[in-house]
Amino acid sequence: MSAAAAGALHAPLRTRHDHQASPATREARWVRITLLTVSLGFFALFLLLPLVAVFAEALRKGWGVYFAALVEPDALSAIKLTLFAAAVSVPLNLLFGISAAWAIAKFQFPGKQFLITLIDLPFSVSPVVAGLVYVLVFGTQGWLGPWLQEHDLRIVFAVPGIVLATVFVTFPFVARELIPLMEAQGREEEEAAIVLGATGWQAFWRVTLPNVKWGLLYGVILCNARAMGEFGAVSVVSGHIRGMTNTLPLHVEILYNEYNFAAAFAVASLLALLALVTLALKTWVELKSGEHAS
Amino acid sequence: MSIEVRNIRKAFGNFVALDDVSLEFPSGELVALLGPSGCGKTTLLRIVAGLEYADGGQVLLEGEDASAIHVRERQVGFVFQHYALFRHMSVFENVAFGLRVKPRKLRPAEAEIRRKVHELLELVQLDYLADRYPSQLSGGQRQRIALARALAVEPRVLLLDEPFGALDAKVRKELRRWLRRLHDELHITSIFVTHDQEEALEVADRVVLMNHGKVEQVATPRELVERPGTAFVEEFLDLDDHGPEWLLKAKLARRDNRHPAAGPKLAAA
Repeated sequence: MSAAAAGALHAPLRTRHDHQASPATREARWVRITLLTVSLGFFALFLLLPLVAVFAEALRKGWGVYFAALVEPDALSAIKLTLFAAAVSVPLNLLFGISAAWAIAKFQFPGKQFLITLIDLPFSVSPVVAGLVYVLVFGTQGWLGPWLQEHDLRIVFAVPGIVLATVFVTFPFVARELIPLMEAQGREEEEAAIVLGATGWQAFWRVTLPNVKWGLLYGVILCNARAMGEFGAVSVVSGHIRGMTNTLPLHVEILYNEYNFAAAFAVASLLALLALVTLALKTWVELKSGEHAS
Repeated sequence: MSIEVRNIRKAFGNFVALDDVSLEFPSGELVALLGPSGCGKTTLLRIVAGLEYADGGQVLLEGEDASAIHVRERQVGFVFQHYALFRHMSVFENVAFGLRVKPRKLRPAEAEIRRKVHELLELVQLDYLADRYPSQLSGGQRQRIALARALAVEPRVLLLDEPFGALDAKVRKELRRWLRRLHDELHITSIFVTHDQEEALEVADRVVLMNHGKVEQVATPRELVERPGTAFVEEFLDLDDHGPEWLLKAKLARRDNRHPAAGPKLAAA
């Protein structure tokens, strides 16, 4: 979680300064070798090895078992629910992120600092707490519980709760990505558009949005990865009802707790694949936006 | 079109940017708003454009009160200090922007837009850059594209905020002579803001010298140099060091010897 959050907080840095070329910053050979060995060794042990282990474990009993684990009904329903939660929360947070970033970067209003702090809340609070808050508000014993029961509405231990929790934890990604970008770009281009006769709407679609499109895509990719991978908050509100309220990460946990390792790793490999695809997309976006900036 | 401002007041918090400023800008003139930084000149320009609202007073365009007219409908051309070109659009699209955002009924056909944009790019002598992006242009080229973009909507007045401020000395001198020639061809009422007295004296028909939100003197460059109205004017123009003779010779003579028809050609917009 914190790694993803940190990634979202910092716009990709693109300094192409060659330290080796400058005698002032060149390091001794042994320093370079030590640094490289340490970092590559760390990378192999803590990142590469687990990734290989996921796929190795998943395929240990062969491709047949692997695919069987993915197409059994409970797994399919977990995949569907995960896709559904992401399909709802990503567009919602896209909309929210753009409007919040727009308001914060381009306008002065009272409570602005408070809003910025609030946006970061899902990053700073433990996901478990986030989940518990929803149980407290919407659960049977919760504040709105009696009212919800009267109207026969289920939120906690049902799909709406999962979607709400996912929306909550993925709240900051898009906004956090856009705010520094929009602030850096200032208001001059929009002013130029308005002077040239554009309406506010035209200025937004033709000037503001195209200017931040790569940052926006970057935020959406991270938001989506988190939406599909979220465990803590969703786990609290889900109730773990198989075939009903299980998302992919929860399904992995259940299979693992049942000592069904091959199946657990098979499903886990889907999430690992998602991570790899996310990384590839992220790199592509960085490359693209870098091209555009130069 | 003539511009008039009456009793304009504007404060930012405790800072008084404009203190009861009244000015007339006759039709077809090129006027410089000159003064040290913080004297309110840019604020006045933005108020005329409608980008900023005055706390009090009136802006009259062609004798008509423009206070209630939105920037969008004021038909002003504005050139920003840092050009504010749309960075994700090609030079061509930048210039075409003002035409493309017109309401459907008023929007010219695509062929007409192309013709017009190329005409403007020829006017600023940069037609060969049509497919480039702003980041690929030099400062002077950006400046001229910004001007072409502002002219595309056939503005009734042209407002330029420190038009040469971000350029190096040589390009600055070339561009300001070029701007003067362009104005002699187009005759659009123009106001430009500058803190550089040499620039104001060389380019403008008339100079408005401002200080601390007030107008110190309004005069032609020659009058300003020969008969500075206040001690501040004298000091700001550096008359002590060089004397009026120097200024007149170095700057005014250059204007008078200008080659009048060396600039690019275009029927008056």
